[in-house]
Amino acid sequence: MKDVKGISYDEYFASGHRACAGCGEALVLRHIMKAAGSNTIVAQATGCMEVVSTPYPQTAWKVPWVHGAFENAAAIASGIDRGLIAQGKREGVNIIAMGGDGASFDIGFGALSGAMERGHKFTYIATDNEAYMNTGVQRSGATFPYASTTTSPDGKKIHGKQEPKKPLAFIVAAHGLNYVASMSPANLFDMKKKVETALSRNHTTFLHAYCVCPVGWHCKSADTMELSRLAIQTRVFPLYEIDNGVLQFNQKVEKPKPVKEYLELQGRFRHVNEEEVEKIQKYVNDRYDFLLSIEGKKAFDVLY
Amino acid sequence: MKTVIEASEAVALGAKLSRVKVCPMYPITPSTHIPERISDYIFDGEMDAEMIHVESEHSAASALIGSILTGARSFTATSSNGFELMYEILPILSGMRLPAVMAVANRAVAGPINIWNDHSDAVSARDQGWVQFYVESSQECIDTIIQCYKIAEDKNVQMPVMMCLDGFSLTHVFENVDIPEQKQVDSFLPPFKREDILDVKNPKTFGPIGLPDSFMNFKKQQQDAMINAIDVIKKANLDYKKLFGRGYGDGLIELYKMDDAEYAILAMGTICGTAKAKAEELRAKGKKVGVIRLRSYRPFPVEALKKAFKKLTRLAVLDRHISLGSDGPLFTEINAIAPGLDVFGYIAGLGGRDVTLDHMESVYLDLETGKQKREWLM
Repeated sequence: MKDVKGISYDEYFASGHRACAGCGEALVLRHIMKAAGSNTIVAQATGCMEVVSTPYPQTAWKVPWVHGAFENAAAIASGIDRGLIAQGKREGVNIIAMGGDGASFDIGFGALSGAMERGHKFTYIATDNEAYMNTGVQRSGATFPYASTTTSPDGKKIHGKQEPKKPLAFIVAAHGLNYVASMSPANLFDMKKKVETALSRNHTTFLHAYCVCPVGWHCKSADTMELSRLAIQTRVFPLYEIDNGVLQFNQKVEKPKPVKEYLELQGRFRHVNEEEVEKIQKYVNDRYDFLLSIEGKKAFDVLY
Repeated sequence: MKTVIEASEAVALGAKLSRVKVCPMYPITPSTHIPERISDYIFDGEMDAEMIHVESEHSAASALIGSILTGARSFTATSSNGFELMYEILPILSGMRLPAVMAVANRAVAGPINIWNDHSDAVSARDQGWVQFYVESSQECIDTIIQCYKIAEDKNVQMPVMMCLDGFSLTHVFENVDIPEQKQVDSFLPPFKREDILDVKNPKTFGPIGLPDSFMNFKKQQQDAMINAIDVIKKANLDYKKLFGRGYGDGLIELYKMDDAEYAILAMGTICGTAKAKAEELRAKGKKVGVIRLRSYRPFPVEALKKAFKKLTRLAVLDRHISLGSDGPLFTEINAIAPGLDVFGYIAGLGGRDVTLDHMESVYLDLETGKQKREWLM
């Protein structure tokens, strides 16, 4: 198998799908699948990726793939896991359940929580582009504070989303999972390692993937990678893993760039004033400080 | 072997005898005894299957998608609001042509919240692409669950099947049941074989988006499959009868004292027993009355019903559901296929309201006097 520094030439999420130019989610999917390989079954939630990859009779998937509904990828994956076990066919097969932030943080959270409680062996990947992009950029529980969406607009009275992001990765970690990590296309080697690690574990594991959406974020298609890098450098999206309950940084940022540099490239923050920029900076600092406070410590009880 | 068991246990035994491999289940009254018995079998090592203790009925139905797509015969059970929580997934299972089998312990849907029997849960899902049986006895439960797999997995059907049994008035009733031998069931129901599965050696895409150029064609195929199911149901009933000595009418409808009947009651489920008892009583008094029990509500057996109506002067349809703002769904549908027949419609037994012998007598009297009646049997 040919590869570049361990990243395979083989494609399992094929080109020709209908994702937008600069779609961060399609990029993430492509590399998740390169890392997961051919012995992988994917259960995907309703969302952009399902729509762009499977307009009947076409498919971009070179692995077995199933889509049922918006909120049930984790439940479908549970059925796949037990169905294979019941027939003695579970060995050597990876199962990945995937959903966007709407499917994972919001509507499908119950199904995800149930699957994690039961400890099924599969990896759930939340591809987070911080809004309901497939339905036209509506606010989700993962939308970044002050971001303008079509349901949290930059109004005359209220400026964009007023609430913080739901800390899904920590809620997930509190289920007792032995592997939870964040990952970004800005560090593909890190992403590859995390996908492989997550799939190697014997119970449910969780990955939180950062995905730029040029359409929803009102940024240039060409800026997807720049924004992905800036999200790490500004500490907006830190790369970490919680392995057996202990949090470690994978790309620690000692001297962060001001968050303003990140906001300025995106139309969804066009409206924010100086005071709000300061609030966002404080929000980012506080989140990172929390991570620092638990770094290297057994911060989560591990049940599986 | 004959033994006295609860109908819920008969359902669970039916699933066990069908060699079900995966059971994603979530408890809700009055279906609870079904997952309880299946748990007993699995936890005691008597049933070689995986129980998935899902966190909701929505996930129960969703897990069926995954498990069936691995090639595992799968089963679940629910009632009422649980059924409604699954509702989104019902047409997805049928749209994906997955032969799921589900027992529905019929219970009124809230509100107000009510745990007792009527048909408002399953009847309101009549358009979702599931074959729907309504059964009358514990014996019919065990026999029908086995038949459900035979029908669902038939290559000309490939549609999910639900078996509806009345909550409490059947689920919790103990009756003498003849339990089929495993060997005989195996000869009736071969192992589940499916080509279209999630297989890493032969990757396929399931559940793609159907655009306007294909969606309607998929629906037409599903409708054709449902029409195919009519003959498949009849054959399953006949084959089962040959092997086990028990049949239920022609599989679609069951006729009681209908040979020369002038007046008949048509209904589904356990209230047919009450109607039969009254018919027997009136027959002794020389009245030409009968009962038509509709067993297969979907597919709707139009030809079998029309044939059964031929000699009738008047027919009463008893609905255990009301399509608010319209009428009893069974009544309106029967009316549509019997233009020359005088059809009376009754709303009966909602939310567990008793449907008594006196009610049946009043209905037969209405039919005899010919007073056009639209009535709620309160």
